[in-house]
Amino acid sequence: MSAELSKVLDHIEKISELDLDGVPPTSHVIDVVNALRPDEPEPSLPREVILAAAPEPLHDGFGVPSPGAA
Amino acid sequence: MSGLIDLTAAAAAERIRAREIAPAELFEAYRARAADNDLNAYTWVADVSPADDGYAETPLAGVPIAVKDLFCTEGVPSQSGSKILEGYRPPYTATVVAKLAQAGAPLLGKTNQDEFAMGSSNENSGFGPVFNPWDRSRVPGGSSGGSAAAVAAGLAPWALGTDTGGSIRQPAALCGIVGLKPTYGACSRYGMIAFASSLDQAGPLTRDVTDAALILRHAVGRDRRDSTSLEFPGEIALPSAQELKGIRLGVPEELTGAAGGIEPGVRESFEATVALAERLGASVEACRLPHAPHALSAYYLIAPAEASANLARYDAVRYGLRVGGDADLITMYSRTREVGFGAEVKRRIMLGTYALSSGYYDAYYGTAQKVRTKIAEDFATAFERFDFIVTPTSPCTAFELGSKTDDPLAMYLNDFLAVPMSLAGIAAISIPSGLSEGLPVGFQLAGPAFSESRLLDAAYALEQAIGFDGSSARA
Repeated sequence: MSAELSKVLDHIEKISELDLDGVPPTSHVIDVVNALRPDEPEPSLPREVILAAAPEPLHDGFGVPSPGAA
Repeated sequence: MSGLIDLTAAAAAERIRAREIAPAELFEAYRARAADNDLNAYTWVADVSPADDGYAETPLAGVPIAVKDLFCTEGVPSQSGSKILEGYRPPYTATVVAKLAQAGAPLLGKTNQDEFAMGSSNENSGFGPVFNPWDRSRVPGGSSGGSAAAVAAGLAPWALGTDTGGSIRQPAALCGIVGLKPTYGACSRYGMIAFASSLDQAGPLTRDVTDAALILRHAVGRDRRDSTSLEFPGEIALPSAQELKGIRLGVPEELTGAAGGIEPGVRESFEATVALAERLGASVEACRLPHAPHALSAYYLIAPAEASANLARYDAVRYGLRVGGDADLITMYSRTREVGFGAEVKRRIMLGTYALSSGYYDAYYGTAQKVRTKIAEDFATAFERFDFIVTPTSPCTAFELGSKTDDPLAMYLNDFLAVPMSLAGIAAISIPSGLSEGLPVGFQLAGPAFSESRLLDAAYALEQAIGFDGSSARA
């Protein structure tokens, strides 16, 4: 995979040849300013519905292994 | 039965409205074909037709739709072509799918795709490749390969796909159908399993331009659940143009010249279509998009960078695959991602994290975003003189399975002609322009943001004049 990635990066690096001084980077491609809506609380999906997709639901939450050494 | 399958979606809707066929009859005709398909186009097919709650009165009249796997559909597998999401059934439905269902297009099935929409051949799917109905030894294109193959082969009346850097247009071209990438923000991304959020956009894959207009009309609109979605200015018009009088077409030298690597048969079809456009009254001139040759490089920094962030969510905790749950947390993360992600996804995550890493950020990601600005400016300048920019959709026709899998760069170059429009966020459509050695060729028209109605109209006029016959792929 490292040889493949090197080949892709060699191709990509051609953009360093361009003169881009003073060009602003794109932050959003369509011209819009802000997207606001009223901050109104609304119900979310029930806990059991969300937990139904979890690999290890545990005590009404997501079961995870210890972050330390096993 | 075959008579039903040969109807376009709009024609089938007419028949339903005229009470000549029942929605359930149409659904079952397609359901049976989809369930029995040998193209591996589907990852899930509905097992019964939905109850008919007055479909004949709805705008889409009950004509069922195939939906790319990456759209979340409540209670129905939504895996984005990835083993890491195998069997995942989301608790909610993507806005675009819900809107189309509301307009009368029930879900027929979920279509196969490249994993997380990363690919141009559908060979990166965790659920096996899709075969091109024109020649089963060849790829259908990607990443919406299942949707394209299903529509071309008459396994669906029409389908939804997504386009990040050509993933609707290129498979549409390789399968001989119509594919439209709307303006960024025209369709809500809510419920689309994310690849590159600043580029991802849903759109139709259809037998003809009228069907594409019909889906798009009901798919667009501002969604409070996607803050990047926008209210579409006006209703999408159904196309009717018979000529192209006064339409100015620009042919960008940078894309259609030697750098594009366009195959002779594709070039021939492209030039014949341009000549046809002139006969229909269009004026055609060469134009410049000076930064377009660098679009692919910018794309392969921006899209992987966004993907590397988006795919961080697959952590084996809230949903999806878990491997190594009996080890410690970090081991579980890495083993799950090692097993769950395919090679191309890993490649892009690595490219993306590299492009965003401290010390390289400005040189890679920052530069790519500046190139993106220049590409959008190039198009804006071109659209001062031209109504649409035209190119072939893909430099080549459908290639043999396995022929490009060992060379990621060669695979990426398939999108050389499609990626500039994605970076600029503009609308673009691919229509079939003919055959080269028995394989379909796509013709791309790109217009400014929110020019979809005009774009569809021009594509329609060309479609009528070309008279492409895709029926042999349904045999």
